[in-house]
Amino acid sequence: MLQAAAFYIFSAIAVLSALMVVFAKNPVRAVLFLILAFFSAAGLFVLLGAEFLAMILVIVYVGAVAVLFLFVVMMLDIDFAELKAGFAENAVLGGAVAVVLAGILIATGFVWVDAQSVEANLQAPTPENMSNVAALGALIYDRYVLFFQLAGLVLLVAMIGAIVLTLRHRDGVKRQDMHAQVTRKRKDSVEIVDVEPGEGIG
Amino acid sequence: MTVETLLADLSLMTPELVLAIGALVLLLVGVYWRSEHGGSRIVMRLSMLLLVGAAGAAIYLAQGPGGDTFNGAFTVDAFGLYAKTAIFLAAAVALLLAFKYLETEKLAKFEYPVLVALAALGMAIMVSADDLITLYLGLELQSLSLYILAAFNRDSLRASEAGLKYFVLGALSSGLLLYGSSLVYGFSGTTEFAGIAIAASEEGTNVGLLFGLVFVVSGLAFKISAAPFHMWTPDVYEGAPTPVAAFFATAPKLAARALLARVLTEPFGAMVDQWQQVIILLAILSMAVGSFGALIQTNIKRLMGYSSIGNVGYALVGLSAGTAIGVWSVLLYFTLYIIGVAGAFAVILSMRKAEGMVERIDDLAGLSKTRPTLAWAMTALMFSIGGMPFLVGFFGKFFVFYAAVEAGLVWLVIIAVLFSSVSIAYYLRVVKVIWFDEPTGEFLPAPAGVAFVSRAAGLATVLLLPIMIGLISLVVNAGGGIGG
Repeated sequence: MLQAAAFYIFSAIAVLSALMVVFAKNPVRAVLFLILAFFSAAGLFVLLGAEFLAMILVIVYVGAVAVLFLFVVMMLDIDFAELKAGFAENAVLGGAVAVVLAGILIATGFVWVDAQSVEANLQAPTPENMSNVAALGALIYDRYVLFFQLAGLVLLVAMIGAIVLTLRHRDGVKRQDMHAQVTRKRKDSVEIVDVEPGEGIG
Repeated sequence: MTVETLLADLSLMTPELVLAIGALVLLLVGVYWRSEHGGSRIVMRLSMLLLVGAAGAAIYLAQGPGGDTFNGAFTVDAFGLYAKTAIFLAAAVALLLAFKYLETEKLAKFEYPVLVALAALGMAIMVSADDLITLYLGLELQSLSLYILAAFNRDSLRASEAGLKYFVLGALSSGLLLYGSSLVYGFSGTTEFAGIAIAASEEGTNVGLLFGLVFVVSGLAFKISAAPFHMWTPDVYEGAPTPVAAFFATAPKLAARALLARVLTEPFGAMVDQWQQVIILLAILSMAVGSFGALIQTNIKRLMGYSSIGNVGYALVGLSAGTAIGVWSVLLYFTLYIIGVAGAFAVILSMRKAEGMVERIDDLAGLSKTRPTLAWAMTALMFSIGGMPFLVGFFGKFFVFYAAVEAGLVWLVIIAVLFSSVSIAYYLRVVKVIWFDEPTGEFLPAPAGVAFVSRAAGLATVLLLPIMIGLISLVVNAGGGIGG
C-alpha cells in the first residue's frame, strides 16, 4: 500500500517535472526541473530494488551532468526566446512524432511477449540474500573483468585521440625545467664584482 | 574466478595481451623519446615487430585446442586465430606502407602506430567475440582508433571532414547495433552467443528476436560498408591519408566480415531463413553500387572505395548460403582480397610526382613506359581484385559463388556474375590507361617499403597459384570451427 502510494507520487512528480522542463520559460528553471525529474526517477529505481542504479543516477546525472547543463546555460549567452520562435510552426509535426512514438511504446507494452526460454537462460539472475551493489560488484570485477578492462582500453583510445587531434606544441613557451633548476651552479648565475668606492657599477 | 582460471584464460589471450601491453609500453616510449630524436621511427618499427609477434602468438595458439575463456565471453578457435593472424599481418603491412609517407607529409607522430596496434587489438577481440558485450567493446575499440586515424592529418580540411563523417555515421551504426543487442538481450535473457543460440532455436520466429537480429546486422553492415549503408566509404577513402585508407581497406574489412560470419552462424544459426533474405538484399545492392558507382570515378582512391563496396557484395553472396562452405569461402575471398588491395594501395602510394602526391587515374597514364615493373604489378593486381581467371583473385570469387550454388541460390550467382563483368570494365579502364595512354610525367622513385609491397603483392597474384590447395585447406580448417 505504502509502496503503491510512493510509486504514484514519484511517477507523478517525474512526469510533471519532465513537462516543466519543456515548458519552462526560464532555462535555469528548466534545468532545475530536470534535476527534480532525475531525483524522482531515482526514487522509482529504489522502489524496483535497484539501489545502485538510483545512486548512480543521483551522483552522475544530478551531480555531474545537470550541473554541467547549469554551467552551460548560465555561461552561454543564448537567446532562448529566439530559439523557441520556431516552436509553434513545428508544433504540429513535433506533436505528431511524439504521439506516434508514444503509441509505439504503449503498443509494445501491450503486445510484449517474453520468449519462453528467458527464465531458463537468464544470464545473471539476482542472487538471494545479497545486496544490489554487492551483486553488481561481484559480476563486474569478477565474471566480467574482461569487459571492465576492455572498456578501459576504449577510454584510453579516446584520450589518445583527443590529444592527437587537438594538442599543438607552441614554440617560445617557457616551461619549468626541474633538472636545469636543480643543477644550476653558483658560478653560472652569481658574479662577484669588486666595486671601487665612489664609482658604482656602470 | 580463481587465480588458476584467470591465468588459464589469459594464456589463451596471448596475442591480445602482447598487443595491449605492447601498445601501452610504446605509448610511454613515444612520450619520453622525442620525435626529433627519432622516437616516432623507433615506435613505428617496434609496432611492426609487435604486430608480427602477435601474429606469431596466434599461429602458436592455433596448434593448441583453444577453448572458451572468461565464462564464455571470449572464444579461441581456429576460425578466430586464422582471422587474427591475417589481421595482424595486414596491419603490419599497413604500417610498412605508412612509414615514409608520414615522414614526407610531416605527419610522423608516434601515436599513429600505437593507434594501428590498438585498432588491431579491437579487431582481434571482435573476431573472438562470444558475447554481445565483447562484440561491442571490440568493435568500439577498433572504430574509435579508426576515426582518429581518418582525421590524423588534422590540418587538412578533407581529412577532418572524412574523420567527422566517419565518426558520425559510425556512431549511428553503433547505436543501431546496441539497440539490436538490447532487443536480443530482452527476448533471450542473455548476451552470450551460446544462450542466444538456444533462444533462437526455440523461438526462431519471435518478433523481438527478429527485430534485434535485423538491427544487429544493419549495424554491422555499416562497418563492412555494405550498401545501403555504404555512403561513408568513398568519402573516407578519398579524404583520409592514403596509408590510412590502405589500412581501412584491408584488416578492418576482414575483421568485420569474420565477425558477421560468426554472429550469423553461431547465435543466429537457427534463424538462417530469416537472415538469408537480408544478406541477399545487402549483397545485390552492394554489388550494384560497387559496379556502377566505380564506373564514373576519376580519383583512384574513390575507385578503390567503390571497389571495396562491390567486393563486400560478392563476399556476402557466399555468406548468404548459410553453410560451412559459405564461411570458409568468405575467409579465402578476403585473404586474397587483402593481398590485392594492399598491393594496389602500394601502387597508389608510389604515385608521387615532383609537386607531391597525385591520385587521379589519368596520372597513371603511360606507366608501362616509365615504370614497367610497377605497371605489371598494377595490372596483375587489378585483374586479381576483379577476379579474372588464372590469377588468385579468381579462386576467391569462384568459391563464394560455389557456396551459393551449393545452397541452391543459382539466380543470385547469375546476378553476381553479371555485376562482376560490369566491374571488370573499370579495372580494365585502369589497365588501359597504364598501357595505352601517353605518359604525362614520371613518378619519383617510391620508398623501399612501398616498392617492396607493390612488387610482392603483384607477384603473389601469380605465385600463390601453386600453393592454392594449401591455402584452401587452411581456410577450410579454420572455417570448419563455426557454421554448418
